[in-house]
Amino acid sequence: MRSYWKQNQQRLAPWLFLAPGIFMFAVYVIIPIFQSLSISLYAWDGLGEKEYVGLANYVELMDDRAFYTSLKNNVIWLVLYMLAIPAGLFVALFLNQTVRGIRIYKSLFFFPFVISQVVVGLVFSWFYDPNFGLLNIGLQAIGLEPIAVLADENWVTYGIIAAGLWPQTAYCMILYLTGLNAVDPEQIEAARLDKAKGLKMLWYVVLPQLKPATFIAMVVTIIGALRSFDLISIMTDGGPYGSSRVLAFYMYEQAFSEYGFRMGYGAAIAVVLLAIMMIYITAFLYKMYRDERGL
Amino acid sequence: MFQRAKSLTAILAATTMLATTAFAGELVINTDTSDPAPKEAFEVLIKGFEAENPDIKVTWNLFDHEGYKTSIRNFLTADAPDLANWYAGNRMLPYVNAGLFEPVDDVWDENGLRESLASAEGSMTIDGKIWGVPYTYYQWGVYYRKDIFEANNIAVPTNWDEFKAAGETLKAAGVTPITIGTKYLWTAGGVFDYLNLRTNGYDFHMALTKGEESWTDDRVRATMANWKELVDAGFWIDNHAAYSWQEALAPMVQGDAAMYVMGNFAVAPLREAGLTDDQLGFFQFPIINPDVPVAEEAPTDTLHIPSNAKNKEDAKKFLAYLARADVQTQINETLGQLPINSESTVGDDKFLQAGYKMLSSTDGGIAQFFDRDAPAEMAKAGMEGFQEFMVKPERLDDILERLEGVRKRVYK
Repeated sequence: MRSYWKQNQQRLAPWLFLAPGIFMFAVYVIIPIFQSLSISLYAWDGLGEKEYVGLANYVELMDDRAFYTSLKNNVIWLVLYMLAIPAGLFVALFLNQTVRGIRIYKSLFFFPFVISQVVVGLVFSWFYDPNFGLLNIGLQAIGLEPIAVLADENWVTYGIIAAGLWPQTAYCMILYLTGLNAVDPEQIEAARLDKAKGLKMLWYVVLPQLKPATFIAMVVTIIGALRSFDLISIMTDGGPYGSSRVLAFYMYEQAFSEYGFRMGYGAAIAVVLLAIMMIYITAFLYKMYRDERGL
Repeated sequence: MFQRAKSLTAILAATTMLATTAFAGELVINTDTSDPAPKEAFEVLIKGFEAENPDIKVTWNLFDHEGYKTSIRNFLTADAPDLANWYAGNRMLPYVNAGLFEPVDDVWDENGLRESLASAEGSMTIDGKIWGVPYTYYQWGVYYRKDIFEANNIAVPTNWDEFKAAGETLKAAGVTPITIGTKYLWTAGGVFDYLNLRTNGYDFHMALTKGEESWTDDRVRATMANWKELVDAGFWIDNHAAYSWQEALAPMVQGDAAMYVMGNFAVAPLREAGLTDDQLGFFQFPIINPDVPVAEEAPTDTLHIPSNAKNKEDAKKFLAYLARADVQTQINETLGQLPINSESTVGDDKFLQAGYKMLSSTDGGIAQFFDRDAPAEMAKAGMEGFQEFMVKPERLDDILERLEGVRKRVYK
């Protein structure tokens, strides 16, 4: 026994250290994924008997307009949420200077990320309020018709994304600020000697060094876009008539909300959401694998 | 660091202990009565009960109204209180079917409730058993700004033509006739209930919510055509989809809107916002089709014992206390609602008296509410459809076909 341990210590130690992590990951992530897959084949209200229905939940999804609305909104979220990355970079570059009190400015810009998403949602609901909201007071001041952003099916998703961009920009900003600290001053110096400045300096010298920050910013932004939920729940509750739902919210509504409790159908939506996420996850894993091997 | 972790575990242990231990004589009650008046009513109720039963200590967990509807499922299965409030009718069916509520026939028999609460026995009975104790109900109807009506010489409308004419006069005076906030959908359900009850009557309305009639039926279309008249005439406030029902009270308080199709619970916040009884009035939803018997909407609120409750004995004592005539008189006075117990007295508040008079002379039937009469899935789809219809009335055919599709799936 003792000699076995001695002989294989090198091979066993990593697994022993990994064991708690693997256990938690399996119990809270991997196993639930397979449970979702299996529940999505049943009709179940979460309380009574499960009834096996095969692929009926997926067939129904194919014909469900609310599902397509959510899917479309998810795509809009994914695309527009990316704006947080350049916006964050811009703010970070702007704040990356040494003047008196810069720390206060930095904290102020970071503030929206610190406060709860629920508060962000409330603030923006008031901002958009058709009667007393700042937005409409502003629009009226320049002679435009007021827009009830959160009650209009065409505007509502964009309105919520704008609210989401506020904290997300702050998040990307902090990532870039940290990245900018690590930019090699000698390279900047050398580029200066070669007469690089402005956008060229940014594009060819600074940005390549910020690549790790950009990578992380993209990951957190994509994840943030796919799990956008709290803002929708607070600002519109998925309305008006379901036009601001995304898949995550629709899943919650079908499975857990007041009028839902269709666990199987909710699980089917979750599986579709997982499939979409898998595209990104695979791409990232592939990229990380290549980076590790130094390709 | 270690010290901190240790104190953290201590706190964790303490909270889990709090959550799980319920020693004898402790009664846990979960309710969603978080609005000021219902909250006060429950405070009074619990204090009264504790005074009569000094050996029982009541722990009362207060939930917010919208969140409660989701959390009740969790706590009924996982960490059940000894009593929880809910609603009569179809709304409690899923919990009864899942065996999460305890039948309380014995409480009814031992306390003579079959006589004193007779009016609500039907809506509390499923499969021949009684599943809770009702303690209050309230009327729905039209709450209106009396002073604005008087300033524009509008008499209280009793039929559809008068109602529309009143709206036109209000609009000409620069007042939006009706306020509503449909963000959480159910307010639109109340409007549909009344329009359908008045157009087609109670029997058709109940058949529709039970799934026995088609949503593409011409009678539903007749109801929606009446609704469309109000939408086309611009009777509803703009952007109602952005407001909750409380937010929609503001235009009425400010005098920008004159009517609200609502339940009696709207009176308390309206008064609190500064409206006096000279400014605020109530009338019965106007008659549309004089041939159908007049039916009303009066949801009943109830208290139930979860099957997983730990202290059922004291919970039954509490239910018996809650059903008593004097207790129902007292709490309904605070609630500003109507007692179920026939020996209770109705408060002398003018809205209560009006509601009591209206409901006791109703012969066409009393509906609970759209989301209590229809099963949850149908209710959700229906109310979402009504909200969409109020914004985009031209999509009516599409909406009704969608609802018909849901009906075919839900009622198997």
